[in-house]
Formats: sequence, structure tokens, C-alpha cells
Amino acid sequence: MFATLSDRLSATFKNLRGKGRLSEADIDATAREIRIALLEADVALPVVKEFVAAVKERARGEEVSQALNPAQQIVKIVNDELVTILGGETRRLRYAKSGPTVIMLAGLQGAGKTTLAAKLALWFKEQDKTPLLVACDLQRPNAVNQLQVNGERVGVPVFAPEPGNGVGDPVAVAKAAVDEAKRTLHDVVIVDTAGRLGVDAEMMAQAAGIRDAVDPDEVLFVVDAMIGQDALITAQAFLDGVGYDGVVLTKLDGDARGGAALSIRQVTGKPVMFASSGEKMTDFDVFHPDRMASRILDMGDVMTLIEQAEKAFDQEQALKAAQKLTGQGGDFTLDDFLEQMQQVRKLGSMSKILQMLPGMGQIRDQLENFDDREIDRIEAIIHSMTPAERANPKIIDGSRRARIAKGCGRSVSDVNGLVDRFFEARKMMQQMAKGGGIPGMPGMPGMPGMGGAGGGKRVSAKQKQKAKAKGGKRRSGNPAKAAKQDTEAKEKAAQAGSNPFGIGADVDYEKAAANLDLPKDFSKFLK
Amino acid sequence: MTWLYLILGIALLALLLVGLLVAGRRRQAPPTDSTDLLAPEQEPAEAPPEGTSLDDLLEAPEEPEAPEESAPTAPVLEKPEKPASRLVRLRQRLAGSGALGRGLLGLLSRDNLDEDTWEAIEDLLIGADIGVGPTQELVERLRTRMRVEGGADGGSAREILREELIALVDPTLDRSLDVSGADGRPGVVLVVGVNGTGKTTTVGKLARILVAEERTTLLAAADTFRAAATEQLATWGERVGVEVVRGPEGGDPASVAFEAVKRGVDDNLDTVVVDTAGRLQNKQGLMDELGKVKRVIEKQAPVTEVLLVLDATTGQNGLIQAKVFSEVVDVTGIALTKLDGSAKGGIVVAVQRQLGVPVKLVGLGEGADDLAPFDAAAFVDALLS
Repeated sequence: MFATLSDRLSATFKNLRGKGRLSEADIDATAREIRIALLEADVALPVVKEFVAAVKERARGEEVSQALNPAQQIVKIVNDELVTILGGETRRLRYAKSGPTVIMLAGLQGAGKTTLAAKLALWFKEQDKTPLLVACDLQRPNAVNQLQVNGERVGVPVFAPEPGNGVGDPVAVAKAAVDEAKRTLHDVVIVDTAGRLGVDAEMMAQAAGIRDAVDPDEVLFVVDAMIGQDALITAQAFLDGVGYDGVVLTKLDGDARGGAALSIRQVTGKPVMFASSGEKMTDFDVFHPDRMASRILDMGDVMTLIEQAEKAFDQEQALKAAQKLTGQGGDFTLDDFLEQMQQVRKLGSMSKILQMLPGMGQIRDQLENFDDREIDRIEAIIHSMTPAERANPKIIDGSRRARIAKGCGRSVSDVNGLVDRFFEARKMMQQMAKGGGIPGMPGMPGMPGMGGAGGGKRVSAKQKQKAKAKGGKRRSGNPAKAAKQDTEAKEKAAQAGSNPFGIGADVDYEKAAANLDLPKDFSKFLK
Repeated sequence: MTWLYLILGIALLALLLVGLLVAGRRRQAPPTDSTDLLAPEQEPAEAPPEGTSLDDLLEAPEEPEAPEESAPTAPVLEKPEKPASRLVRLRQRLAGSGALGRGLLGLLSRDNLDEDTWEAIEDLLIGADIGVGPTQELVERLRTRMRVEGGADGGSAREILREELIALVDPTLDRSLDVSGADGRPGVVLVVGVNGTGKTTTVGKLARILVAEERTTLLAAADTFRAAATEQLATWGERVGVEVVRGPEGGDPASVAFEAVKRGVDDNLDTVVVDTAGRLQNKQGLMDELGKVKRVIEKQAPVTEVLLVLDATTGQNGLIQAKVFSEVVDVTGIALTKLDGSAKGGIVVAVQRQLGVPVKLVGLGEGADDLAPFDAAAFVDALLS
């Protein structure tokens, strides 16, 4: 049921191999698949209809009769459309010309407003602003308290004259806060409000009251990435009730596909400005439309995977293992494999990770049924080997296999399978590292358009050339040179970090790609 | 840079695992489908209309008092409302948002049901987050029955729709809340869910129900992560005079839960309700932590009820949430919160079908007593009224 759009389309087009272009009937068949894929990603129904109509229109146009196979063509069109809608017309935060800039947060209960307020404050603080947090959520028990604790964590003062828990008038608090900010020379005021439902007229009126009292420069609508079909109604209700200028998507670190982003963008025309993705106060960033598009279509999201991996991995270990794979620093042993496996486990459920890799769609059925304990079993097999066997799996002969099988409680054929496949995989990886591409992983559909928008596009042409130029070469074995390369990349990353709109992240990876001895084919994973 | 090496590592693993998987898959028995366990063993004949095990106390439905919008923090303890009278409000609330049922009825009682009408019906159901699969199934069944029974007139269309919708929410499931323990030990209710679904609020409201049933109750604030979560729960506890066991912020949630249940056993209490921190289901570390909380509790007393709190606005991700939480802590019931908004909470249909976990409680609003037991027939009737 989690089949990706590209899988679905591949199935639809099974009988069309060799056909160069799409007939009307093909397009209609496709439209239904796209519809289901989008609905399963929680895109609101009216938006789906509109969207599918637009895609159909484009698919009929001449741009289809190009070289790609039909499924790829459609996926590309869909992806492009998504990126266009999601990414069209992003803008910077508006600051007030004089006096403090007032930002008001509104949204449903549990969308993550209070947490976001603190994250936003930290973000401003890092840009040399002096934010002031205002506790206008006087409804939920101890929301004021929560904001105060969060404010303390990020080192931002909190204006909370009322204790909350149903006592006090949020409108008055908001008003007083702006005066307070003027008095204490804070240049950004972030107003956290109580969560409210779109149908609650009284609470909506209160929100409008707060808005009128503080005259915010930006009203941000905070919405949970998990929200379903109701997103549309809620978004519209808030737009009518309070009005907002931008949308913040929270809990993007979950595995929800986040179709709501598309619905809201399409219906209200308000851009998604920020994305919040994690429990830590720093897990907050501007919104990447291209990644979101891949996510809605449930295509492999290598960028996110890389980021998660970076957080969880011990870099030195990984580097060591990878060097071994590329033939430097000894053989890649079962010990290294075990180590890697344990690190990858930190990233979460293995089946989820595998699904994030592009091209894994074909074996999705197996992934669906993948039992994470399978990995425990593999671990058990490896643990049952002697250190010598782990270091040099070649010495494992029949009697050793029998012993290992006994030790881990698996059958001999399981041990066989593991050892054989380990060799196979190692060979494959070494080949790949030498620049042979990945054998046995045919056709990477579903990758078009990643990094297609925003800053990525600007640099990509140039970087691609660079990558090509360096593509054939090996990474310098000279540590000094390698270190220099690393520093360069780091500098670049630092620059990207200071860019308030942070699209530089793309630049960063591409630069890194250019810096490495990547096989040419491999660079496509990064875009 | 290093991430390239990271990818190499992952890709290696992926290849290897996939290989193993493909090889190993053939030998493995197909995974048992959990829905099969759902044999309707109980006879629906005598099922009480309100499915609470919080027994049929003197019904005497009190006037549904207006929920305290601004509950005073006065020291006097509030007297929470009894669950029986809450059902009345459930009906009222749902009846207000009966657009789904009415829309469906309107479509079904048309003179000729053509493709467009069926598509419109499908759209309505999908719009309620019921999901593509269940929707298609329901529409298919409706189609067949309408054809066979020829229900062109409104009355029979309504009857058919009602029956099918009730079948969809499956009234045969046991929806009683298991809050009593065996052999003198307290019943332990573990409340879990992703961030921001309303776990703490649900625990607070649940405590009020338990107090209304005159059960001795203890709350455990095992949400040691979110700022001020323990205080939030403490406020709920104070209002009805229920004690809250708390630990240091950032402490081990399992130890707080353990302490609380231990107290429950020692003091011979009826029920201990454990609030946990919100966690996204794809965070392995946090899910392991949750598993530990449950394991540790069970050293003292078995967990009688694991409630997954699900936000009614949640879309198809709700299914994944339910699946993962079920794997980790074996969810026995669902509390569907925020049903008073425009959301219809259709995702629970998918969850019930796939995992066989029934909805036991519904949250209907901001008021302290706006938590009601779920009743399939009443739910559907309210939708159709």
C-alpha cells in the first residue's frame, strides 16, 4: 500500500514498453494512479483533482514526446508541478520598518506552536536580533510555564504577566507585550497563542483580537505535517478568521508524507516558509520545496537520509569503513560490517531506511514484510564467529560453518547465505568505489527534479562540470591534501549556514561531490 | 566529504540485507494478519449501549453541565461529570458536524446512481480521511446492495448506509476500558502517542472520569521531556484531588512510571494512569524507551490498558502510527481526540480494520469533561442525523 508513484506507474505502463509516447488512454490510466498516490499522501481531494487535471494537460502537450520512458515522463511532470506549486514565490520574512517586528503564531491544538516559538526565537537570536517571547496561550494548563522553560533553554526572555491556566486576557497581554518590547528595545516579538479549532468562532474572534491589538508584521499558521484531509478546511478557516501570511510545517521528522503542505499552498496561496523537524531547539530550517515534493511522492529521499545519517553516525568509524571499501586501509571485514550495521540501526527502523534509498521501490513488497529482528539474527551469526573468522571470512569452511550455525541457533544455510552475500556485496561495493556504477540496481526512476529548485539550480550546472572533471580520479591518498579538501568543504558549509535562507545546503553537498573521487554515476544520487 | 562514505556504507548494507532478505523470505511463513484475530466471539445481543466497563452506575443522567471554560484554580475539588451523561454531548457535538452523513444520504437517494454520483460518494468518504482502500470497499458494497435491494427511495438508502457505516466501525469490538487490575493490584493505563495529540489532556480527563466513578486513582507524569509537561498534569490532578507522581525533568520516564505503579500497589489503589512523552513513531530510540517503560511497569503490575491517543485531524500517517506503537507496546485501545473540530477522524476506520484496535474514547472539546466513551451505533447515528 505504500507503493511509490513511480512503482504504480511502472505497473500501469508494463504493457507499454517500447512505446515512445503516451496515448490518451494511457494518460487517463495514469491519472487515476496519481490520484491515489496523492490521496495516500494526505493531499486534500479538491487539490488532487485540480492537480491531476493540470498534469493531464501537460502530459498531453508536446513536451512528453521526448526520450524518457512513459513512467519516467509522468513522474517528472508530476514532480515538476509539485515543486512549482510548493516552491513558487517563496519570500523572506517581513521586518517592521520602525519599532519591533511582531510575529504571531496561530494553529490547531498540538500543532507545536509553543515549541516553535522558542525555535523561532533561537533562529532570530542567531541572526543578531533580540527576540522577546510572549505567552498568550492562557488556555492550556501550564502552557505559559512551558514557554518560560523553553525560553530559558534558548536564552530568550519571556513576557508572561499572566499565569495562564484559564486566567487572564490574551489580547491585553499581547498589547502590553509590544509596549514592553519597545521599552526594553527588543526588535522581534514572537506571540504564542492558544491552540484553537477552525470551527470555534469564539476562539477565532479572540485570535483576531490579538492580531488587531498587536498589528503583526507576519502571522504564521503552524500546522502539523501529519494532518489529513481536514487541512484544507482548517487552513481556510484560519485564513478567514485570523488571516496569515505564511505557513510553518512541524513534525517533519516523522514519516508522514505531508501532503497537507501542497493542499494549503494550493488553496490559500500562502507559502510554506519554515519547516520544523526535530525535538531539539535547533531543528528548524527554511522549507525545501524540492525535498517536500519527493516526500509527497514517496520517492527516495537521499538528502534527508544523509542528514539523518550525519547526526547518528560516528564519522571516524564510517570513514574508516569506507576507506577499507575503496581498498585503502585493509580489507572490509565482517567486524566493520557489524559496526556499520549497528550504526545504521541508530537511524531507526531498517525497512524505513531502505525505503528511503532510491530504486528500492522494486523490492518494496519484501521491505514491507521486513522484520527488523532479521538484523539481530545476522548479528547473532557474526557474533558466533571467532575474531579470526570475522577478520578473514575466507577461512570459514564447512566445519566452521557448522559450529557457527550451532552457536547462533540458525541453520547452516543461513550462515552460508550471510557469508556468500557478504563477499558478493563487498565485491560490488569495491567495484562501485572504483567507478563502475552499481550493478544489479537497475533503473533509478523517480530521481528527476531533486534539487531542481531554489539555489540548487543556480550552481548545479557549474558544479556538475566540476564533478565530471574530477570524476575519474581517486581521492587523494595524501592526508594533507585530503584535509585541505575537507576544510574547503567545511568553509563552504559555514558560508551556507550563515545564509539566512540556507538554500546553501544544496551547494554544500554538490561541492562535496565535486571534492571527492566520486564515480561519475554516483553523483546522480546527490542531486 | 564523509557523508559519501556514509552512503557507501548504507548502500552496502542495503545490498547485503536485500540479498539476505530475498533469500530468507522464501523460507518464512507469511506474517499473520492481525485482523484475523478479530473473530467476533462475543455475542452482540446484550452489549450495553455505552461500552464502558466503568459499569452502569446509577445512570441518572445529570444535566450536561457547561464545561468550565476557565476552571478556577480554587482549592475546592471539582466534581466531574459521570460518563453516562457525556454520551448525550457526544451525540450533540457529532450531530452538529453531520455533513458527511447528510451528504452521503443526499447522494444515495438520487433517482439514478450514475458513475458521477458514485465518485462523489467516494470523494466524501476520502475527504473524511477514511483512506482510499476502505473507501473503495465501502462504495463497492454500497453499490452491490443498492443494486440488489433497489433502494431508490430515501428510507432504504438511509438504512443501507447506516448498516454499512456501522459495519465499518465494527460494533462487535470490545470497547470497555480495562481499568481494574487482577488480584489486588491496580489497573495500569499507559497512554502513548505522537507529539501534540493531547496525551496529557486525555490523561487529565481520564482521571476525572475515574474520580467520577469513585475509584482511587494515581497519575504518573512520565513525560519528563517536554517543558512543563509534569506541571500541566499536576494542574489536572489538583483540580480533582488526584495525586501525581513526578520525577525530575529530563529524568528516566521508566523510573517515574515504576515509582507510581509501586505506590499504586502499596497503597492499594484502583487505577494508575501513566502519561508518557510524545514521540514520533520513526524515532527508534524513543520507541525503545517506551518499550522499556512498559517492561518496567510490568515488574510491579501488568499493564491492563494501552491507550494510543490519535488526533482526529491525522491523515494516513495515523495508520503507521498505530502500527508501530502496536508493535512496541501492544496498543489495546484508541482515544480519538479533537473530534469537535471539522475533522471526522476517518483514519480510525482504517486503524480498526488493519490492526483490530478499537476506539474506546473520544475527546470532544476543551472542557474538562469532554471525554466520552465511544459507541459505534451512536457515532453513526449522529453522523446521519
